[in-house]
Amino acid sequence: MQGWRKSLAFASLIAALGVLAFAATLASAHSTTTKAGSLNIMGFGTGDDVAESRAAIATKAAGATVNRPSGGFNDQQFLAAVASGNPPDLVYLDRQKVGTYAAKGAFVPLTSCIKSQKISTKQYRIPGLNEVTYKGQIYGIPEFYDVRTILVDNNVLDQAGVKLSGLDTSNWPRLLATAKKLVKIENGKVTRIGFDPKIPEFFPLWAKANGVDILSKDGLHPHLNDPRAVAALQFAVSLINAQGGWDKFKSFRDTWDFFGSNNEIAADQVGAFPMEQWYYNVLAGSSPKVHITALQFRNKKRQPINYETGSAWAIPKGSKNPQAACTWMKSMTSVSTWLAAAKNRAQIRKAKNQPYTGISTGNALADDAIYKQTYTSINPFFDQTVKKVLDVQRFSFNVPASPASNEFRTAWNDAINRVLAGQQTAKAALDQAQKESVAAIKAATK
Amino acid sequence: MATVTATVPGPRARARHWFAGFAQRETWAAFAFLSPWLFGFFVFTAGPMIASLILSFSDYSVIQTTHNVGWDNYHHLVHDPKVRSAMKTTLIYTVMVVPAHVVLSLGLAMVLARIGRLAGVFRTIFYLPVMTPAVAVGVLYLLLFNGDHGLINSGLGLVGIHGPFWETDPHWVKPSLVIMHLWKVGASVVILLAALMAVPQHLYEASAMDGAGKWRRFWDVTVPMISPALFFIIIINTIAALQTFDEVYTAFFNASTPFGTDATLFYSIYLFQEAFVNFHMGYASALAWGLFLVIAVVTAIQVYGSRRFVYYEGDKR
Repeated sequence: MQGWRKSLAFASLIAALGVLAFAATLASAHSTTTKAGSLNIMGFGTGDDVAESRAAIATKAAGATVNRPSGGFNDQQFLAAVASGNPPDLVYLDRQKVGTYAAKGAFVPLTSCIKSQKISTKQYRIPGLNEVTYKGQIYGIPEFYDVRTILVDNNVLDQAGVKLSGLDTSNWPRLLATAKKLVKIENGKVTRIGFDPKIPEFFPLWAKANGVDILSKDGLHPHLNDPRAVAALQFAVSLINAQGGWDKFKSFRDTWDFFGSNNEIAADQVGAFPMEQWYYNVLAGSSPKVHITALQFRNKKRQPINYETGSAWAIPKGSKNPQAACTWMKSMTSVSTWLAAAKNRAQIRKAKNQPYTGISTGNALADDAIYKQTYTSINPFFDQTVKKVLDVQRFSFNVPASPASNEFRTAWNDAINRVLAGQQTAKAALDQAQKESVAAIKAATK
Repeated sequence: MATVTATVPGPRARARHWFAGFAQRETWAAFAFLSPWLFGFFVFTAGPMIASLILSFSDYSVIQTTHNVGWDNYHHLVHDPKVRSAMKTTLIYTVMVVPAHVVLSLGLAMVLARIGRLAGVFRTIFYLPVMTPAVAVGVLYLLLFNGDHGLINSGLGLVGIHGPFWETDPHWVKPSLVIMHLWKVGASVVILLAALMAVPQHLYEASAMDGAGKWRRFWDVTVPMISPALFFIIIINTIAALQTFDEVYTAFFNASTPFGTDATLFYSIYLFQEAFVNFHMGYASALAWGLFLVIAVVTAIQVYGSRRFVYYEGDKR
């Protein structure tokens, strides 16, 4: 019994010491909090040099103790934080999600933030701002700006004896014929894709090329079963069918070493495909000697078009430090911060003897400064792609913010997958998607 | 001759007996030791279950004001074509995977029971995949089952079989997921091996003396003697199959551009999408209770059926 009591006393002492140590840690953590308080950011974990160099500047500007848990934005995590009454002070997320959260009242309009911090919205690209504007109010500050051009492997075109003019997206019969010339099928297996239309993900681009926006500007009226959208999907699917069909096409595409040195361009496994501009940067790092060309995606009237997407900053309702959040957003997306990050990246790339292709931001003024002050010629191939990316930025369109963005996206994405799997025709699938998205938007605006 | 009638205590008497136990220190000690589990059960299982039952009658979305919607969510559940499709996919998969799992794990356990010394090594080898994270299994699935360039079809090609497009052909997706699942039979193998080792040898000797052949001994001795373990494996795997989520979600839905179709939309995946993609928490709660009901009914049928097939030692049947 005596021994038992001794053990209990010892355990109690250890527990008490533990509690004291924990309290001391908390007290010490609290003591490091600065005057501007703390700023809890969700969705912006440790990133690359561009993220980190800007974060250092923004932290200084905000003057707050910044907490950035690792990982990207996660809906589940965000909802759990909101449900527990402890939302983050600031979130970093895909621009396409902003409308949904804004419609549900989870984000606050940035009107007062923009006014108090004198943030010039004119510096941001209009399509980027449109994506974060819901019912006339801005709910997010655009950050990166993804531009889509057609990435061409010159070697493949040379091998097949095809000219660049054959990859004109305004002339569908010619594009189909070119894809057939470029594709290589050996022993029943696709060993080279001619032209990848990149569906489902780039479906809005194909629909726009055929003259229809898949969602109205107010984000409330889907146009998924518009005959032009149906025709666009039918054509994109016909491209895949002409190159072995979805099964063989995807099977081969899944083997690509997309981020490696033996990527599909370096290995001449694809003729051309529409792609975001960040991939030129990947290629510059992984296979700088590739012979590539960037082409603009053209609509049926031969006008260049660009489907833009990207990320944004937003302040959740219940943010405990909206002031610091606003300062952070302003600083992260300002011309001087972007320029500093670009200079830093250029230096890093130079030190590693790797080409630097610039940064595509949601801030038009920043892009001007970045390319004027930091870009130096790499080689004729990469120089051309960088120029083309800058050229197409002004032809951008976006899928507008919608109160049911997620459901809308799921509806058309699922529809295209059903068509690719041969389960439905394009018309039937998009009819179903239209019905589903109309119902979802109606429910979201009830 | 006087007859003795055994009296069965009534509910009142049983309750009195149960409460009388609290007069003893040992009862309190037992509950003290049980308290961590009881706390966990009420806070992390019973509590959320009650909460989700309440939420299933609301339009709870975490963010917006919640309203009571009565039976609307359950009405919608019954008429939602995606629920029917997802449930059909899940049930077909369950019907395919559970028998395959039982047959393979029993076969492997029987082989291990015969190989003696090296059984420990193989037991470990078979168990290793159980510890592989589901996300890794999902990614591995895409590599192994690639139609033209995957390892499975390359292997089949060596014996002259042209394998299907497992990942994109709606008819072959479920069989491929079943095969992938079978990779993780290790836990069941270990359980069945233990059951096989516990079968008394004299039963085999007696049946052999009676002229029973190998098959007869298997059906009349082995299967009845290990039937409780088999029943346990069937129940556990049926429930797991009806709740299939992680590997399939990783392989087909967890990307910026998901390639999932109706053939891969399992019930739990649809439930997750409704809750955490579309924020229909109230409806998702109703979906969860729908699944709970299905699992309860299936399990009840299995338990009822087990009365005829499961033999417990000492049982008079």
